[in-house]
Amino acid sequence: MNYTYAVTAVALVVLATVLVGAFGLRISRTTSDFYVASRTVGPRLNAAAISGEYLSAASFLGIAGLVLVQGPDMLWYPVGYTAGYLVLLLFVAAPLRRSGAYTLPDFAEARLASQTVRRLAGTLVVGVGWLYLLPQLQGAGLTLTVLTGAPDWLGGVIVAVVVTVIVAAGGMRSITFVQAFQYWLKLTALLVPALFLILAWQSDGAPSHAFDEPAAFREQRTVRVDDTLDLRLAEPLTVTVDGSVDGRDLDGTEVSLPAGTHRVGGGTRLTFAEGAEVPAAGRGADDALSPSRAESREERPLYATYGLILATFLGTMGLPHVVVRFYTSPHGVAARRTTVAVLGLIGAFYLLPPVYGALGRLYAPELTLTGDADAAVLLLPGRMIGGVGGDLLGALVAGGAFAAFLSTASGLTMAVAGVLTQDVLPSRGVRHFRLGTVLAMAVPLAASVLVGGLPVADAVGLAFAVSASSFCPLLVLGIWWRRLTPPGAAAGMLVGGGSAFLAVAATMTGYPGAGPWHALLAWPALWSVPLGFLTMVLVSLSTPGRVPPGTAAVLARFHLPEELRTEELRTEELRTEERRTEERRTEERRTEEKRTEVSP
Amino acid sequence: MPQDPTERRVVVTGPPRRARRTSGYYRPRTEIDEQTTLGHTYVRSLMRIQLRAGLTVFAVLALLVGPLPLVFAAAPDARRLEWAVLGFGLYPPLVLLARWYVRRAERNERDFVRLVEDR
Repeated sequence: MNYTYAVTAVALVVLATVLVGAFGLRISRTTSDFYVASRTVGPRLNAAAISGEYLSAASFLGIAGLVLVQGPDMLWYPVGYTAGYLVLLLFVAAPLRRSGAYTLPDFAEARLASQTVRRLAGTLVVGVGWLYLLPQLQGAGLTLTVLTGAPDWLGGVIVAVVVTVIVAAGGMRSITFVQAFQYWLKLTALLVPALFLILAWQSDGAPSHAFDEPAAFREQRTVRVDDTLDLRLAEPLTVTVDGSVDGRDLDGTEVSLPAGTHRVGGGTRLTFAEGAEVPAAGRGADDALSPSRAESREERPLYATYGLILATFLGTMGLPHVVVRFYTSPHGVAARRTTVAVLGLIGAFYLLPPVYGALGRLYAPELTLTGDADAAVLLLPGRMIGGVGGDLLGALVAGGAFAAFLSTASGLTMAVAGVLTQDVLPSRGVRHFRLGTVLAMAVPLAASVLVGGLPVADAVGLAFAVSASSFCPLLVLGIWWRRLTPPGAAAGMLVGGGSAFLAVAATMTGYPGAGPWHALLAWPALWSVPLGFLTMVLVSLSTPGRVPPGTAAVLARFHLPEELRTEELRTEELRTEERRTEERRTEERRTEEKRTEVSP
Repeated sequence: MPQDPTERRVVVTGPPRRARRTSGYYRPRTEIDEQTTLGHTYVRSLMRIQLRAGLTVFAVLALLVGPLPLVFAAAPDARRLEWAVLGFGLYPPLVLLARWYVRRAERNERDFVRLVEDR
């Protein structure tokens, strides 16, 4: 495979993003009323921008990889990512826009008039943001490794540095166009190769056993196992081994392995015959990394599936980079229509990853053994088409993948850095914002180097679980329930989000190894979401005296159509807006001063 | 030059609007603006009707999606069905549900505005 095209494509995407970021910086400086301008963004452009920011590495690479390894059950991920927007539309979209909140902590403060709840929400935003950034960096590392053989961490570092520079410079702020462009880039980067792959599949006689279980090799294939792994065989398997199996050193001998678990040493080459079933792979026991969540999924598939559905359906509304974008709609009605357009756009995008997953099961089934399943999307064009055409299509996919990492990572970094600057660091100056950006990126980067083994889409699923059990109760009850009190909201977020977070942390560190506890902790949403709601309701009911005095007026503002707004409320909103514009101007002035200080 | 008959000025008679308003005519809009108990009742009624719209669509979504994992678990041989439903089949209903809800929510808001503005 020729790597030059792919590296060029990735470099082009990175360069374009930096350039547009730099231009955006210039534009957003000369546009004085930045927030007012961004409110005139129409539903269509805004929807493309939201989708562009939302479709991350997990969507671009992860889903196909999971489908390849675990079969069609994993298609619940894209369904859930899409349906999450429907739930968001039903309960949150218009009131959230009318609340005028720019971030989740803003919303908490506006609704409950409590600094404590605001800080707590901020902490959770940082946690969810980091959990979500982690797989973006890992995905970038994987992509670069597959494309060029560079070390694992390099791609993550490149994305981290580019995003930090762009966000710290303030460039990604106002650029709805960039995000919208990246949606279309990502769609093209998956759609065009997919069409060619389907043509290649058709000319191959359209084999369709990918839809049956389990996947099988279509031709004799040699697989190199890099790290020690356990093969679990349901039936006896005949395989040619060059390396070590079960401690025996073999040199190109054909052996017949009985059903059961077999340890394959690192560096071993296994040659499978045509038609052989692809065995399931587990991680070696000496591996310090977490046992895959796939194992608990195999034990309790129904529980895991419902946990996944609940987490993705309810978690979308709480993702830090999703909420921010709703403020750019001009009014509540437009926010609703934007959400419908988003549903259409991401739904259209999600028709593609399953195609790659199914073709991957046909043409690259050995990826389940090498642990690079997330790379299926990148490898398929070269594998199925080959030649210059395959290289070019592979380059297109690689560029699209990097667009996915960059857009989602910058949206998340922006949200996390904003919270860090506003609520954690001592002052709000530009210097602190930059410090916040570096901090926002440094933690997940370090984590991605340390916890490298989590499948990309799995890690995102965990972020969704935390968001669903903390922010979903806060938003839904905050918008629809008058008797919500600050202590109730705080307790609910702490108990729901905290327990989901601990469960996630326990899963990541590999405790407990297996059994029902592991399933419960690996898929926490099914118990942590009700727990969050229940705590919030019960504590609120037991503290009836703490209902904020302005609740009725705040709820009226959330729900009344804009044309019925009283003058008082309108002016209040205008004032908030002016304050924000003013803050931004001051910030820009400071940046300008700093720039002149630095430049010779 | 002959005058076009349609351009002729016509005097429209009727009670002036201002007079109607000051005559103690019942105005919900003011109640909402001044945040009286009655005004809150209006907002509450809007919230209830919007919540009902949201919950209805949510119930349809739950009924549509909820049984699917059970169906797939009950029929492990229907792999192709699972591929088709999860890969393609669910997206159109999601978009249709969203459009249905938006139409309903916007109609609720229009009705509410008409009610309180007394048009």
